[in-house]
Amino acid sequence: MILWDIFVAFFIPGILGYGGGPASISLVENEVVGNYGWMSVQEFGEVLAFANSLPGPIATKMAGYIGYELGGVLGSFVGVFATVAPSLILMILLGGFLLKYKKSARVHRLTVFVQPVIAVLLGVIAWNFWTEAYVSIGLLQTVIIVLVSFYLIEIKQVHPAFVIAGAMLYGGFFL
Amino acid sequence: MKRQWDIFIAFFRVGMLGFGGGPASIPLVRKEAVDKYKWMDEEEFIDVLAISNTLPGPIATKMAGYIGYRVSGWLGMINALVASVLPTVIMVIILLRTLSEVREFDWVKGMTSAVVAVVGMMMAVLTWQFLYKAGKGLGWLTAIIMLAVIFVLLNYLHIHPGIVIGALLLIALILPVKKEEKEGEHR
Repeated sequence: MILWDIFVAFFIPGILGYGGGPASISLVENEVVGNYGWMSVQEFGEVLAFANSLPGPIATKMAGYIGYELGGVLGSFVGVFATVAPSLILMILLGGFLLKYKKSARVHRLTVFVQPVIAVLLGVIAWNFWTEAYVSIGLLQTVIIVLVSFYLIEIKQVHPAFVIAGAMLYGGFFL
Repeated sequence: MKRQWDIFIAFFRVGMLGFGGGPASIPLVRKEAVDKYKWMDEEEFIDVLAISNTLPGPIATKMAGYIGYRVSGWLGMINALVASVLPTVIMVIILLRTLSEVREFDWVKGMTSAVVAVVGMMMAVLTWQFLYKAGKGLGWLTAIIMLAVIFVLLNYLHIHPGIVIGALLLIALILPVKKEEKEGEHR
C-alpha cells in the first residue's frame, strides 16, 4: 500500500528529526533513496536543488513533491501530513508542559545527542552527491563547481537559487 | 471568516517570501504574528520558537500550525499549514515535472550533474554545522567517538538511523544531569 509507505517514510523523519529541517531531510533521504529505493541519489539531489531554490520550508516541500510523484495528490497530502503532524500535535497538546521544561538540561540534551547521527547522515549524503557528480562529469569539474559554489554561497552570501541556476547554465553549455 | 482570511494571507506571505528555507521564514512569521496581526506579543513568540526547537521535525511549519491553532483552533491550524506549504509544493511539482520531460537531452544531463555537485557542497556545509554543534555540546572527544561508532552502525551494520536516534534519546533522558548544567544553564 503506497500511501502507508509514504506515511511511514515521512513519519520517521518527522518524529526523529531533532534539529529542524536539515535533520529531517537527512532522514528522508535514508528512507526514500536507501530504504524504499523510490529515487536515485541523482534524482534526490535534483529535488533538493529545486526545493532549495524556491521559497518556503524545504523539508515539507520535498515531502509534498515526493508524495505526489508516488501517489498523486493524496500521496502529496500524506507526505506533508506525516512530516508535520506528529510533532505539531505534540506541540499543541504539550505546549504548556514543554514551556516549563524548555530550559531543562535534559530537554536540551535531546537535540544535542541526536546531532552526531544527523551529521553522519548528512555527511554520507554529501559524499554520495559528489560521487554521483564525479562519475558523470569527472573530478576536475566536480571540484571546480564545489569550490566556486562554496565561495559564492558561503563567503559571498549569494542566494542558493542563483548559484543553482548558474550551475545549471554552466552544466547545460559546457558539460 | 475574516480571521481565516488573515491567517491564510499571513502564512501565504511567509511561504512565498521565505527564500532560504525554514530559518529564513521565522523572522517573517514574527513579523506577521507579532507586528502585523498582533496575535501574540514578543515574549509569547519567543516561547513558541523555543518549544518548536525542542521538538523534532521542520520548525517553520510547526510554528505556522501552532500559531494557526492558537488563533482559531484546528481550522486555523490547517489553514496556516495549507497557506505556507501548498503554493511552493505546487511550484516544485511543476518545475520538476518539466525537468523530467526533457531529461533525455544531453544538455540536461550536464545541468543536473552540475546541480548535484552544488547541493553536495550545501550538504557538506550542513554536515559541518551539525558536527560543530555536536562538538560544542558534547565535547569534541565524546563527539568524535560517537561519530565513529554511529558511522559504523549506520553504514556497515546497516542499522536503521531511527533505532540509533531512539537509543540516544533514551540515554539523554535517563543519564543523570551534572549539577553545573542543571536547570537554566542552557537555553
